[in-house]
Amino acid sequence: MSNEIELIKDPGLPAHVHRRTDTDPKAAARAERQVAILFILSALGTLLLIGSYLFVPEDIFFFIPVMGNTNAHQLGLGLGMAIALFCIGAGLIHWAKTLMPDEEVVAQRHEFRSEDEDREDFVKTVKDGAAAAGLGRRPLIKRTLGAALGLSAISPVLLLGDLGPLPGNQLKMTSWKKGTRLVTDPGDRPLRPSDLEVGAVAQTLPEIAPGEHRSLNDIAKDAVLLIRLRPEEFNLDAERLSWTHEGIIAFSKICSHMGCAVALYEQTTKHLLCPCHQSTFDVTRAAKVIFGPAARPLPQLAITVDTEGYLVAQAPFNEPVGPSFWERSA
Amino acid sequence: MKQLSRLRRHRAAGPVLLVFALFTIGTTFQVASAVDPEETTIAARSAAIEEGREIFLKGCSSCHGLNAEGGEIAPSLIGVGAASVDFQVATGRMPMADMSQQAMRKAPVYNAEEVNALAMYVASLAPGPKVPTEEMLNYERDGSVAEGGELFRTNCAMCHNFAAQGGALTQGKYAPTLMGVEPQHIYEAMITGPQAMPVFSDKTITPEEKLSIIKWIKSVEAEPQLGGAALGRVGPVTEGLLVWTLGIGLLIGVAVWLAMKAK
Amino acid sequence: MTARERIAGNVAGYVDDRTGAAKWMKKNLTKVFPDHWSFLLGEICLYSFVILLLSGTFLTFWFDPSMREVIYEGSYEPLQGLEMSAAYASTLDISFEVRGGLLMRQIHHWAALIFMVGIVVHLMRVYFTGAFRKPREFNWIIGVGLLTLGIVEGFLGYSLPDDLLSGTGIRIAEAIIQALPVVGSYLAFFAFGGAFPGVAFIPRIYTVHVLLLPGIFLALITVHLMLVWYQKHTQFPGPGRTEKNVVGYPLMPVYMAKAGGFFFIVFGVTAFLGAVASINPIWLYGPYTPGQVSAGSQPDWYMGWLDGLVRMAPPLETVTFGYTISWNILIPGLILPGIMFTALALYPFIESWATGDKREHHLLDRPRNAPTRTAIGAMALTFTLVSLINGGNDIIATTFDLTINQMMWFSRIAIIVLPPLAYVITKRLCLSLQRADRDLVLHGRETGRLVRMPNGEFTEIHEPISPEKAWLLTSHEQLAPLELPEYDGAGVRRPAAIKNKIRNRISRSMATAVPKATETERKELEGHH
Repeated sequence: MSNEIELIKDPGLPAHVHRRTDTDPKAAARAERQVAILFILSALGTLLLIGSYLFVPEDIFFFIPVMGNTNAHQLGLGLGMAIALFCIGAGLIHWAKTLMPDEEVVAQRHEFRSEDEDREDFVKTVKDGAAAAGLGRRPLIKRTLGAALGLSAISPVLLLGDLGPLPGNQLKMTSWKKGTRLVTDPGDRPLRPSDLEVGAVAQTLPEIAPGEHRSLNDIAKDAVLLIRLRPEEFNLDAERLSWTHEGIIAFSKICSHMGCAVALYEQTTKHLLCPCHQSTFDVTRAAKVIFGPAARPLPQLAITVDTEGYLVAQAPFNEPVGPSFWERSA
Repeated sequence: MKQLSRLRRHRAAGPVLLVFALFTIGTTFQVASAVDPEETTIAARSAAIEEGREIFLKGCSSCHGLNAEGGEIAPSLIGVGAASVDFQVATGRMPMADMSQQAMRKAPVYNAEEVNALAMYVASLAPGPKVPTEEMLNYERDGSVAEGGELFRTNCAMCHNFAAQGGALTQGKYAPTLMGVEPQHIYEAMITGPQAMPVFSDKTITPEEKLSIIKWIKSVEAEPQLGGAALGRVGPVTEGLLVWTLGIGLLIGVAVWLAMKAK
Repeated sequence: MTARERIAGNVAGYVDDRTGAAKWMKKNLTKVFPDHWSFLLGEICLYSFVILLLSGTFLTFWFDPSMREVIYEGSYEPLQGLEMSAAYASTLDISFEVRGGLLMRQIHHWAALIFMVGIVVHLMRVYFTGAFRKPREFNWIIGVGLLTLGIVEGFLGYSLPDDLLSGTGIRIAEAIIQALPVVGSYLAFFAFGGAFPGVAFIPRIYTVHVLLLPGIFLALITVHLMLVWYQKHTQFPGPGRTEKNVVGYPLMPVYMAKAGGFFFIVFGVTAFLGAVASINPIWLYGPYTPGQVSAGSQPDWYMGWLDGLVRMAPPLETVTFGYTISWNILIPGLILPGIMFTALALYPFIESWATGDKREHHLLDRPRNAPTRTAIGAMALTFTLVSLINGGNDIIATTFDLTINQMMWFSRIAIIVLPPLAYVITKRLCLSLQRADRDLVLHGRETGRLVRMPNGEFTEIHEPISPEKAWLLTSHEQLAPLELPEYDGAGVRRPAAIKNKIRNRISRSMATAVPKATETERKELEGHH
């Protein structure tokens, strides 16, 4: 009894099993018919597409369960295309499966590795070529070539220099200044405190001169949310309290996390929710973050009323609005 | 002149004067109180208020207090106005079925007449937002769809989603879908700020702008599926779900068929 | 010779005279391709790419990649008279004024989603069968590159219409760039040509989306396919299949018909989705402005896991000497994905280092026979799935009556607890499947027929399995763990001692297996019965 463990052996490729279409000519004819039907269906699909494109008006809608009121033109084009393509594919595959030869073929793999002799020849060729180039013997050429190539790599990077201006102070400044009126967005109507009831919110922007146009860049920094609470509901220090007016508090609407618009105010809990990543801010505590990934509260805009009774900013924001950046507090 | 002083001393002068005075006061009062053509007579109004009080005591006072002063589990209704009552009760939110985070829209418990009575009762407690009249709700005439869309996206979409399908708030609260909501109730919700929803005063969103918003919501509701099955109109989540189920499912199914040996 | 044959012969001769094509055409037309449905998954990606090129070119004929402000004057009433960018307006025109425009937009977007799904399932097939081993490591790296670039290309693509949903996504992307330490604000200003949103971003990503990245894709896909062609496709183990052969069907006619047919199938299914299912209804989202946002804002699914990671991140931000580092953005947005993709790309080398196996492999592994690899894969999938689910936490919360707060805490805990759990469970599953295989070979198939023996004992009849099945269940290799020495012949500790010790331990874990059944054992058992 040998101590060698005998492994189970490979029985080799199983015997070929013939398909019905190989042995039965009627089955083969049927398969051929099936392939033909699929190709004809495809042609019908194309006709549906052409017909829809040329003849079906674009304003007809009809009801289909699950899909609702569907546009006939659109559906005709799409289903026509889908049927046309799918049936060609199905026909080709059915043809291959039933009628083309399905005997398995065996091919040999060859080792990828080159012969040792070839490898040596390759190395020799490279070495000879390098020697012919003479870089090893001519360090001056090597060094100056390196310097030239290295320096030339700087040019493409430099040429992209005007892709953008330097940020300068732009990330730290908004359009809000002392005395800027808060106007409704949209509508551009200035607001008085009496225009807001307790529990009300207003989307606001800084007032612009007549004829001036607000750009999206401005809105991306200037959007402010006004919320009115009862003054006794605030839990603020004296300074922040002085930035409110009769229970009205103003925050930057640009989330301090990643810049989405934060205007989802829950009247019952006095929380602001950002829908992007669910950061939650407590309005009574100057938009302190109480849940979610935001790391900083929303900047608060100090507001008061001007001589005509309209709400205005007391001063610009005391910190940059929007997402953080390296030099934010520098 | 002598005729007039003789008439003044007539025996019937007193009673006639009394009748005349009563008649004058009565008709003056009638005319003065009949300013709003929708207002019922004084008697009818006080009957409705009384009916409303009865319903309130039976169905609402256990949470909202006998005088609607509120309590630990329910807020005071003094000053909420007829609009709040109409919104909450006619959409079935009130009476609240369970004490969960949020009142859900469901089949209303009270019919229109009862809702009206309740509203008048609560409105009689203190001034508050009124139920908008039909003239105030003519959004087809007074609203603009495009402006309404812009207003909706600025003021409403962050809670109710871009197509008014609703969205999540914190701690299990949610902004409900606005599909299938009466224009009156949409208007009332904006002016009363029910539960977690803030108030949108008439100066921040003017009545015309409110009608534009309603007109846009109605147009989105009626909009057919322009590209095919809408998949809930909630965005990429359901689209990704479809491609990982139907999309790859169909393709793998065909691949398995392709590689199977034909019989 | 018929006329047709004569003409064909002339054409062929004309081409061969100038290129010598006959020789390599003959060789390649008879090339053998193994047939298994899971080998078609990569083709889903390839064909989706072609569909993207075709449908995308259609769209470029009408799309205006400009952020110039225009007033909409098209046929979609709810947006008439509104200010919007030309990019958004032209996308509306494609949807509503161009016949077949909306269909093509939808086919293009569905094809992009299917492309990414295809890449992921193809990656899973390649990973779990060990097809990335020598000599295919380079192809694996190209594949990981295609996955990464695909994510970027898709994001840029759906951002082109400048609608409210994708604009919100761009705002978030800008915040990630801006958060980079030292260079963040500069890079952001360079990318956007100034402050956000600016007017340069859409035109610039248009160039990247239709020119740069498709060019890189074409090059990478070509090399990817050439390598598969030249190195020949792997095959599943089975009777007659060895490391030195390929068993399958020739390119012409079978493979051409099947693979060509499958292209039409993929195109047809994509067109079907484009016909019946709405995707990216930008007219409902509205044009982008930074003052608006929608509830339930998500990126497309292949970025959903990134969004999920960002959502569950703890609110960590440090300010030192006035300089801010937003860990709450950098860790989930850049550092973690960077580690994951690097580990993914380097995995073939990590595994061959851990097992010490440097040989060529052309036979695939059944996943159960590589329990550690399969378990690591399950762990990675679990991690990605938890983060993907958290990406949609607000929509899941409203659909299933949960709270976003619950979802967030569930995700934070699950992402740490579930992956190791998945590892342990998967590894044990693999080992018990190996045990089941072994029992099958040694004892045969349980038929469920009970027989009573003359001595009263009940036994179940086992049917011996076929030699083909027995071979399939035992043909795999079971590598012994490495035993690298810590000390050399003279008893001196080697400098690589610690590395060797770690490697030994890892390879021992990789080598965990139920010993496969042998012929010797079978014969012994037969002797008993």
